[in-house]
Amino acid sequence: MSANWKANQRRLAPWLFLAPGLIMFLIYVIIPIFQSMWLSFYDWDGLGAKTWLGLENYRELVDDDAFYTSLKNNVIWLLLYMISVPAGLLIAIFLNQTIGGMRLYKSLFFFPFVISQVVVGLMFSWFYAPNFGLFYNLIEWATGTGIAILAEDKYVTYGIIAAGLWPQIAYVMILYLTGLNNVAPDQVEAARLDGARGWKMLWYVILPQLRPATFIAVVVTVIGALRSFDLVSIMTDGGPYGSSRVLSFYMYEQALSEYGYRMGYGAAIAVVLFAIMMVFISGFIWKMWRDETER
Amino acid sequence: MVRFAKGTTALMVALLLSTAANAQQRVVKYNADYDPIPLAAMEALIADFEAANPDIDVQLNNFDHEGYKTAIRNFLTADAPDLANWYAGNRMAPFVAAGQFMDVSDVWEANGLGDSLASAKASMTIDGKQWGVPYTYYQWGIYFNRDAYKAAGVEEPKNWDEFVSNCEKFSAAGIDCLTTGTKALWPGAGIFDYMSLRTNGYEWHMDLTAGKIAWTDQKVKDVFAQWARIQPYITKNHAAIDWQDAAALLVQGKAANYVMGNFAVGTFKEGGMTNDTLGFMVFPEITPGLARAEEAPTDTIHIPAGAKNVEDAKKFLAFVASADAQTKWNNAQGQLPVNKNSTVNSEDPYLVAGFEMLSTATGGIAQFFDRDAPAEMAKAGMEGFQEFMVKPENLDAILERLEKARQRIYK
Repeated sequence: MSANWKANQRRLAPWLFLAPGLIMFLIYVIIPIFQSMWLSFYDWDGLGAKTWLGLENYRELVDDDAFYTSLKNNVIWLLLYMISVPAGLLIAIFLNQTIGGMRLYKSLFFFPFVISQVVVGLMFSWFYAPNFGLFYNLIEWATGTGIAILAEDKYVTYGIIAAGLWPQIAYVMILYLTGLNNVAPDQVEAARLDGARGWKMLWYVILPQLRPATFIAVVVTVIGALRSFDLVSIMTDGGPYGSSRVLSFYMYEQALSEYGYRMGYGAAIAVVLFAIMMVFISGFIWKMWRDETER
Repeated sequence: MVRFAKGTTALMVALLLSTAANAQQRVVKYNADYDPIPLAAMEALIADFEAANPDIDVQLNNFDHEGYKTAIRNFLTADAPDLANWYAGNRMAPFVAAGQFMDVSDVWEANGLGDSLASAKASMTIDGKQWGVPYTYYQWGIYFNRDAYKAAGVEEPKNWDEFVSNCEKFSAAGIDCLTTGTKALWPGAGIFDYMSLRTNGYEWHMDLTAGKIAWTDQKVKDVFAQWARIQPYITKNHAAIDWQDAAALLVQGKAANYVMGNFAVGTFKEGGMTNDTLGFMVFPEITPGLARAEEAPTDTIHIPAGAKNVEDAKKFLAFVASADAQTKWNNAQGQLPVNKNSTVNSEDPYLVAGFEMLSTATGGIAQFFDRDAPAEMAKAGMEGFQEFMVKPENLDAILERLEKARQRIYK
């Protein structure tokens, strides 16, 4: 035993250290993924017996308008959420100055990320609320008729995304601020001697050095957009008439909400959402892998 | 001295007995979902029950009302109490079908509940057995602001046509004729239920919620055609507000009518309305000559199949079903007792009106759309109603969607 251990110690030690994490990951992430996939072939109300349906849930999904609404909204979320990356960069650069009291301003800008998404959602739903909401009254004052953003199927998703962007921009900003700390001053100086200023400086000198920060910012933004659940749930509950649903919310609604308990169908939606996430996740992993092997 | 000794012995004996009783108390665990006022009422009821049955200790475990709907599914299977709150009609069907509720027909039999709770027996019966005991219900109807009626110079309508023409006058006066807040969807279903009950009658409405009628049927379109007449006068943006926000509109006189359940009276009165300004009327007749049906959701108590102390739980059910207990609880809460031998608080004009309305409803008593129809259909339907009230032009698409859902759900 001890001879064996000595011989293989270097190979075994990392696995031993990884074991607690791996076991947790296996129990709470990997196994449930396969369980969900398995469940998506059944009809189950969470109480009675399961009935095997085969691909019936997926067939229904293809023919389900609500599913397409959710999918479309997810795409809108993904695209518009990306605004937080340049916006966060802009604010980070703006805040990356040495002026008295800058720490205070930085913390104020970071503040929305610290408060809970639920609180953000509540604040924005009051902001948009008909009759007393600030935004509603502003629109009413400017155009004569107020618009209740959260009651209009055309605007509701954008209204929620705007609420989501507020903390997300702050998050991206903090990522860039730390990135900016690591920008090499000598390179900036050299670029300045060579006459680089303004946009050119930003594009050719600063941004390339911020690439790790940009990568993380994009990753967290994509993930944030795909798992946008809390804001939808708090602000509209998927309404009006389901027009602000996203896949994660629709999954919850079908599987776990008051009128749902179609576990199989919810699981099928989860599998689709997982497939979409997988596209991004494998992209990210592939990039990280490439970066590490290049080094 | 002798007397004193006797006294102490008696005291000692009494003390011993009471501790002995404490030691032998049998526990009944009761999971419920009460708001503060009904909670206090139920605690008072439990105190009465325990006074009458000193050997039983009812332990009330109160949940948040919305959270309870999810929690019940967990605790029924994982850690069943001896009693649990739920609702009548189709809402209890999944639990009955899954064998999670206990058949309590014997409680009905032994206490003559088939007679005293006759009005709710049908909604408690599945497969010819009773699965719980109803203890309260409340009427739905139109609550209105008399000041708004005065401001628009309008009289109480006697029929649907008058209601609709009133709406035009309210509109001219800048008042929403009908208000609602459908963010949580269900308030819209109250309007639909009444449109449906008044247009095509109780039997038809029950067939519709039971999935026997196609949503693309002409008679469904008739219902929506009537609804379309008042659609322009319903509060705009109702999809973004909760029912309490709409209640505020009624209180402020910005809206005239509100199709609501009697539980809203408390909210109206908190907002400053009094018995003089808050009016109640039966939903007006649409199709002449139809037997009048009403909506009155019933709240119930059940014994989970996994209950440990069934015998005492049944005792409690029998107690809750009794006329006195129902009188007491419902007077405290401002709702209607199901037991026909109970009395209604005669000081409360809304209860008196509701009791009168329900006891003369010859057409029948519906539970509510989300209790009469299965959960999935209820959800799809309520979304459709909300969409219709915002975009009536989408009606055909909505009905087709509902028909598709019906064919899938009622297989």
